[in-house]
Amino acid sequence: MHEETVYEALSNAHDDEGHWAFGTGFDEPLAGVDTTVPDGIDPADLGAYCLMLGDDALVLAQRLTQWITNAPELEEEVAIGNIGLDLLGQARLLLARAGSVGVLGRSRDLATDSIPDEDALAYFRDADEFRSTALVEAPNGDFARTMLRLLAAATVRLAVFARLRDSRDPVLAAIAAKGVKELTYHRDHAARWVLRLGDGTEESHRRAQDGVAAVWPLLADLFTATDVETRLAAAGVAVDPAGVRDEVRDVLTQVLQRATLSVPEWPAETGPRGRLGEHGPELTELLDTLQGLARQHPAATW
Amino acid sequence: MTAVTLPRTAPTDPRAVAETVTDPELPMLTLADLGVLRDVRREDDGTVVVEITPTYSGCPAMGVMRADLLHALHTAGFHDVDVRTVLSPAWTSDWISEDGRRKLAAGGIAPPGTAPVRSPGPIPLQLGPTRRTAVCPQCGSPDTVEQSEFSATACKALRRCRRCGEPFEHFKEI
Repeated sequence: MHEETVYEALSNAHDDEGHWAFGTGFDEPLAGVDTTVPDGIDPADLGAYCLMLGDDALVLAQRLTQWITNAPELEEEVAIGNIGLDLLGQARLLLARAGSVGVLGRSRDLATDSIPDEDALAYFRDADEFRSTALVEAPNGDFARTMLRLLAAATVRLAVFARLRDSRDPVLAAIAAKGVKELTYHRDHAARWVLRLGDGTEESHRRAQDGVAAVWPLLADLFTATDVETRLAAAGVAVDPAGVRDEVRDVLTQVLQRATLSVPEWPAETGPRGRLGEHGPELTELLDTLQGLARQHPAATW
Repeated sequence: MTAVTLPRTAPTDPRAVAETVTDPELPMLTLADLGVLRDVRREDDGTVVVEITPTYSGCPAMGVMRADLLHALHTAGFHDVDVRTVLSPAWTSDWISEDGRRKLAAGGIAPPGTAPVRSPGPIPLQLGPTRRTAVCPQCGSPDTVEQSEFSATACKALRRCRRCGEPFEHFKEI
């Protein structure tokens, strides 16, 4: 393959049939990465776990991008867009990792086999096949609620990723080590907004406190392990979410207190729901927007 | 695909060729300056293996970098080129070369300071204003303030100079 120009090089990067229209097209995020699964790790469990972490990132990225053209100030619009982009990158890596261990199975029921695994997983699964949690699925609400949700979601994810840096799966460990750097920025950004809003005007305080009231119940299904997580945690691959509960509670309490917001009772934990595919109608609605066009034209290329 | 005439001269060192490729979003820097180009080597069968690592997980420029590297190496006469992604160790702004830092500043982007050291345990919250400092690349004043930790790309923050009043970008420490 000898390309005359960069544009030709781009259009020939994958195959001669053109790029599938709805993915990023240019490269597969794990191209050249050794995706061998280490001995003693069940590939099906690993794939299911990568979907949990990848779906959280994909869904939250989609929620954040709903702020584009609506953020309170230009700098914040750029910040939210960049945070969403980081999460989308994490989702691509994790969904590609899930694909590399065979979560799609042998009989891909798709209009075309040329769609990369990460895109097939993002665009062609129904809501009940998603493993994301209610915390990332809930509608944005106002800006204060959005920042409280981002604070909670980034805090949980950072605590999990910090531990996953030692995962026995080297691909997952590498994704986590990279993600930790990004999530630290996300969490601190959201925390500073919560301080500014909570300890701001009467109106911003009221909205931030309403945001707390809306977000706290969403923590109820986060800290009980599914069977997959329990098995993988025992094998040194995954993090038992119960092990990050105290750290998350400490961080959130610290921010709320500094923001002069009252800290609600910790919600009664329900056990896993989203991780088992139980979701409310808001996920279906979100996926309709995310997936609609790709599903109408599954074979489109450019 | 268009047929091209291959150079008749013997190929030079593939590393030297790969090191000329610039970043698509920061064209004043080469991928080598940026620390994104991790390795260039020739396998026994003659294949040139190039390793690159993303700056951020969502970096949308990886595909263009890959294509630019392929293009440069093919043009230089290397037919079999394999551009691979490496994820570990994760990229850090500390890998930007001294030369790269000078080029950033000359291009109006304040170079990064030293990246924070990551402990293996929980990551501490940073609630106050960031302690990062950056010298204005326009007028050289150290009296600058951060406007946003995020800018036109994920790798940069937005700052403003209090002396000359100009906004500028600051390559973030990561």
